[in-house]
Amino acid sequence: MAYTEEELKKELENQEYQYGFTTDIESETFPVGLNEDIVRSISKKKNEPEWMTEWRLEAYSAWKNMEEPNWHNVNYKKPDFQKISYYSAPKTKNNLKSLDEVDPELIKTFNKLGISTEEQKKLSGVAVDIVMDSVSVATTFRETLAEKGIIFCSISEAIKDYPELVKKYIGKVIPRKDNYYAALNSAVFSDGSFCYIPKGVRCPMELSTYFRINQAGTGQFERTLVIADEGSYVSYLEGCTAPSRDENQLHAAVVELIAMDNAEIKYSTVQNWYPGNKQGKGGVFNFVTKRGLCNRNAKISWTQVETGSAVTWKYPSCILRGDNSVGEFYSIAVTNNYQQADTGTKMIHIGKNTKSTIISKGISAGKSQNSYRGLVQVGKRASNARNFSQCDSLLMGNKCGAHTFPYIEVKNKSAQIEHEATTSKIGEDQLFYCNQRGIDTEKAIALIVNGFSKEVLNKLPMEFAVEAQKLLEISLEGSVG
Amino acid sequence: MSLKEKLVSSFLAFELDTDTNSKVHEIRSKSIKDFEKIGFPHSKDEYWKYTPIRKVLNEELTIFKKKRHLLKFDKVKDFFLGGIESYKIVFIDGMYDPLWSSTTHEGADICILSSVLENKKYGNVISKYYNKLINDKESFSLLNSSFTKEGAFIHVPKNVELEKPVEIVHINSGGESSLMLQPRSLVILEKNSKAQIIESHYSLNVNEKIYSDKHSTCVDPLTNTVTEIHVNENAKLDYYKIQNDLETTSIIDSTYIDQKSNSEASCHTFSFGGNLVRNNLNFFQNGKNINSILKGITIIGSDQHIDHHTLVHHANPNCESHQDYKGIYNDKSTGVFNGRVLVEKVAQKINAFQQNNNLIIGDNATVNSKPQLEIFADDVKCSHGCTIGQIDENALFYLKTRGINDNDAKGLLTYAFANSVLENVGMQVLKTKIKKIIARKIGVNIGLEL
Repeated sequence: MAYTEEELKKELENQEYQYGFTTDIESETFPVGLNEDIVRSISKKKNEPEWMTEWRLEAYSAWKNMEEPNWHNVNYKKPDFQKISYYSAPKTKNNLKSLDEVDPELIKTFNKLGISTEEQKKLSGVAVDIVMDSVSVATTFRETLAEKGIIFCSISEAIKDYPELVKKYIGKVIPRKDNYYAALNSAVFSDGSFCYIPKGVRCPMELSTYFRINQAGTGQFERTLVIADEGSYVSYLEGCTAPSRDENQLHAAVVELIAMDNAEIKYSTVQNWYPGNKQGKGGVFNFVTKRGLCNRNAKISWTQVETGSAVTWKYPSCILRGDNSVGEFYSIAVTNNYQQADTGTKMIHIGKNTKSTIISKGISAGKSQNSYRGLVQVGKRASNARNFSQCDSLLMGNKCGAHTFPYIEVKNKSAQIEHEATTSKIGEDQLFYCNQRGIDTEKAIALIVNGFSKEVLNKLPMEFAVEAQKLLEISLEGSVG
Repeated sequence: MSLKEKLVSSFLAFELDTDTNSKVHEIRSKSIKDFEKIGFPHSKDEYWKYTPIRKVLNEELTIFKKKRHLLKFDKVKDFFLGGIESYKIVFIDGMYDPLWSSTTHEGADICILSSVLENKKYGNVISKYYNKLINDKESFSLLNSSFTKEGAFIHVPKNVELEKPVEIVHINSGGESSLMLQPRSLVILEKNSKAQIIESHYSLNVNEKIYSDKHSTCVDPLTNTVTEIHVNENAKLDYYKIQNDLETTSIIDSTYIDQKSNSEASCHTFSFGGNLVRNNLNFFQNGKNINSILKGITIIGSDQHIDHHTLVHHANPNCESHQDYKGIYNDKSTGVFNGRVLVEKVAQKINAFQQNNNLIIGDNATVNSKPQLEIFADDVKCSHGCTIGQIDENALFYLKTRGINDNDAKGLLTYAFANSVLENVGMQVLKTKIKKIIARKIGVNIGLEL
């Protein structure tokens, strides 16, 4: 996975946020503000059936009575929900048949992002669903997948085409009233991805969603629903970028995973939203609710690389309801400048013989704050539950902070829980060793950070691992010295 | 009337009996006002999340005792260390009991707080040290400051090493019901001094007569104790807390320790008894090269609840802290560990270590553990570990192959699990006493002549 020195040098020179361009596409944006009419209009705009409109309205009325939570370890100016536009869509023709019909400007955007859809089609074999601002604009490889009976489309299409599936599972893992931002998302979500893997099918390629906020003053609220039926397997990737803007943009997504008996879902995220400039101005607020439900013998694995966003606040969780189910969480969270991250996971052991693994690596530099907050809960009937957690933090400079808040709640005597955490800096001796062998300090740090994060990087699919490795270096550029 | 209202109005009656023209009383008046504002903690407070505190806050509780109870020596003799000479400060139902006490003013002041608070001679000491460390956002500490009247006072002057340990013994006579005690202690170790202190709380069985009296509603007593400790430069303090009370009494114990450069302070908490026990142990490091040691053993059963909340505040460079808490939980008992290590920006070269191991034996026992690290400095070594599990099957098998029966083998392993915390206990008599209690608690015959 190593790449050459020249490449690294080039990457490091390009230290500003490289995805910070905007695309000049005509888009249709709703007026700012949120009320019942906006919720209705979003629903109408998307030609949704009556039950979906009602579902949204119920979520909206619940949200109105909720208060924004305050327990986290981050500071930010609370977004004004009446100043956000809740719907923004690139004006495209309806019912795209192939990529050729997509606005050429849009194609350019993807090329800039490095998602060359054409090329990808041929080479990498990754099916991509691209969500720009709020609407899914392109889904690749749909037909190939359909042959196997796999449904992979935008959620608005799914609501129309597979209402019985959506109706049955949406909001099942994350109820509408679950938390403030989940309720908001349930009311106004504009699009997202939907994926269904039928019984016993092993998805032949990685499925991927790419999110981008383009329009200024909009919030992005996407909703992802992945259902892996009995005995199936899917690996799902998610990537995000946003243009550099001075104001803070809000991203409040909901991701629900359902793994039926014997199914396995692997969900990987590389989150690289605009983190704000060096003075901490602008950047994306990333307030995401992600949760998976494991039935018998099922396995859900979350892998995340968090390098972007001004404020990240998310806890991808696993509910291990079925016996013998397995939950995994691998995370790298990098914060630099004024970024703040409060992230971790929840492992809820309910079934018997359930297992969970948590590996979290936090790297903080500049004036950033990086917190791990996790919960391992073993219920009364969850006999033989097993958990291993490891949270390591790396500090660079004395202006940043690294915090660990693990919660461990055990009600069953046969449980075996281990938790360990360490905090340290890059050792002088490690640097010296590298210098001595002719590796300069900047590169030595990249090397050490990569080694520090290796356990997590190894869990990423190949294409992502390289990207993630580069991202780590870019995010930390200039943090030494 | 709620307990809060009752306590606030009790203050007026309490005042009648005190010197209202003193600095100490100003603190009392301010504290009760602050307490009135905050009230008792709620289960939604993060800091009290796992502690069912409301169950012991019964409105029948009162701070006033009815009469003085005398106790016979054979009833209380087990409460003392025995075997070695020691200073003793004994309180019965919150009142100083000179009969069993052995205090001194020679070389060092080992006496009671009430005699010091209102004595002009100690004015300087009190204004320098009294009520300086208390968290004024914490309801129970405020409540204690409001009703401060009695407790232990220990002042060890410069270059003095106390040759005898000090025992602070609080006895609940059982003759009073519904009593809410507010003992307050102040410990000062001046430069280069050294002391060993053992604090224990005991209750005698409640007099049957009280319970049978239909006219009085009787609730289990609650002790809300606060201890302020100042460890100055180069001083060394070993503090031991023995909580081996009846399963009906509850304690809320808040201890604040302030350390200056080159000092060393250790606090061992042995929690075996009590209905609900909440320990808030706070270490503040105000100097360089400080070492803080926090250790604890918890062995409980039935529906007891024991809670350890610790805070180590590293505000200066080159310091160390070591935490090691072990818990063994049987039946329906609940254990809580919330350890917080805070390292400030300037506190470089810190070595902070935190460990919490728990053994769940009971089918319905619960453990909630939250080892927190909050770190703002980069050149530090901080780590924590937390485990919850059972006795190692392999170790058990090994012992069984050597002809030790299942019960004894389990007992031995459990005993060994807890025993490691005792390594640093320097006082042999105390070590033996604790070992005996542990062996009895676990029900193992360790076959040693202890």
